[in-house]
Amino acid sequence: MRLVGRKIYKGVAEGQAIVTKESISFYGGVDPDTGEVVEVGHELEGQTVSGKILVFPTGKGSTVGSYTMFRMMKNNTAPAAIVNIEIDTIIAVGCIISEIPCVDKININEIKTGQNVIVNATEGIVEVK
Amino acid sequence: MLDGKYGRAAQKSMEILTTLGEIFKADSMVKVYGVQIAGVSYANLGEAGLEFLNEMAEDGEVRVLTTLNPAGMDRENWQVLGIDKEFAKNQNRVIDAFAKMGIITTCSCTPYLIGNTPHFGQHLAWAESSAVCYANSVIGARTNREGGPSALASAITGKTPNYGYHKENNRHGQVHFTVKTLINGTDQFGILGKLIGDKLGDIGKKIPYISGIPEASVEELKSFCASVATYGGTALFHMERITPEYDKYPKPSDLNFEINKDDIARARSELNDKDSEIDFISIGCPHATINEIASIAKLLKDKKVKKEFWITTARPIKRLADTAGYSEVIEKAGAKFAADTCCVVAPIKERFKGIMVDSAKACYYGRAKNKFKVKIGTIEECIEEATK
Repeated sequence: MRLVGRKIYKGVAEGQAIVTKESISFYGGVDPDTGEVVEVGHELEGQTVSGKILVFPTGKGSTVGSYTMFRMMKNNTAPAAIVNIEIDTIIAVGCIISEIPCVDKININEIKTGQNVIVNATEGIVEVK
Repeated sequence: MLDGKYGRAAQKSMEILTTLGEIFKADSMVKVYGVQIAGVSYANLGEAGLEFLNEMAEDGEVRVLTTLNPAGMDRENWQVLGIDKEFAKNQNRVIDAFAKMGIITTCSCTPYLIGNTPHFGQHLAWAESSAVCYANSVIGARTNREGGPSALASAITGKTPNYGYHKENNRHGQVHFTVKTLINGTDQFGILGKLIGDKLGDIGKKIPYISGIPEASVEELKSFCASVATYGGTALFHMERITPEYDKYPKPSDLNFEINKDDIARARSELNDKDSEIDFISIGCPHATINEIASIAKLLKDKKVKKEFWITTARPIKRLADTAGYSEVIEKAGAKFAADTCCVVAPIKERFKGIMVDSAKACYYGRAKNKFKVKIGTIEECIEEATK
């Protein structure tokens, strides 16, 4: 299945999808050393996003979240790519400074956790295998 | 700049700005007069932020006047204020990275008082929500609410994407608030900001038009800006016969609210925690003006404070207070200056039980971030509490 969205930050990545219906705050919500979601009560609490295709509606929380994403890139704990319904400034800036491929305007209901996904962010395309 | 001809920092910066421009459908890039950067306290940035700044500082240099938000400590007086050595070391690494890029390292939330002073109509890229609100509303300059990296990107390129508050058609008042009671003093203006900010949040609007305020000082407007930005996410307001663009756009007519004496009393009681034991007084949120410091000096003359008492201000204002002799009077009374920093960004979580302030913004962060009980009053009442 091929989903067409909008390029936020260029690049191509392939990996396993991890999908949530809840927004994500990287600052305080994700541990940059382990890549684990630590926000109490979050749908993904306890799961790691490292090397995966992270699929969620939009970002939330402090603008410091962009820096947390940068730290994850340095620690090799960052997601391989990010897919959103509607991008927000924090995630957009985080992807740019951390060089994480990112696409938005995707109907994320079409993607299930565990599926193999190729994100061609340069073309704005998400392919679900 | 996008092709890397001006170096890597400029390329990364332009990538950030063009992407934001595409997302928010900007029609062009505009030149900015100046930049104010937030995300300076090491407590908020951490190693992640610092690492990013160091990379940008490798070949990045600012093209326009750029100043910094408060840091996590007074850069000269941190030991007296109980900041630990490791934190101080890391905070200085952050400031060094900014300095390397040619940024003026006065750390203040009131850049408009200390030389980063735009004029009516000029474009800016400012972070720090209270200063954004002041610049848009009181000065009539134009800026969106920037985050740390986007503000830095504008500093390095000298540009910002033209959308949002940069464009006249996004600057119209949306909700009319008529104030039916006399508002004066920094505490009352802050309380008014909370009332209006809360209401705007409820109805999903951002730009208030306010009438019924006969006069307002810089200090009162500064307090109002900080509060309405904290509680309502407001970046722009119009105040009848007070702010420069109040009659430029049609008055909003379909959404009208009145604010009376009882509303102010109710909002004040919401800001005062019950049975709070006050062991910390902090004045200067946003950073104190020389005028406020002069009144504090007058009130503290020949008195002794019996509680921890901080006056948070910008370094240049502190120097002015030294020259004018205010600092001596204030320090003799046992109060302390905390320049370059403030009670919102300093690492003081749970260090005190209760804080008394004259600022509604400081109440919000005192509670949420530092887990203090809070109390709001006039500067006179704060000093009474400190000396009793």
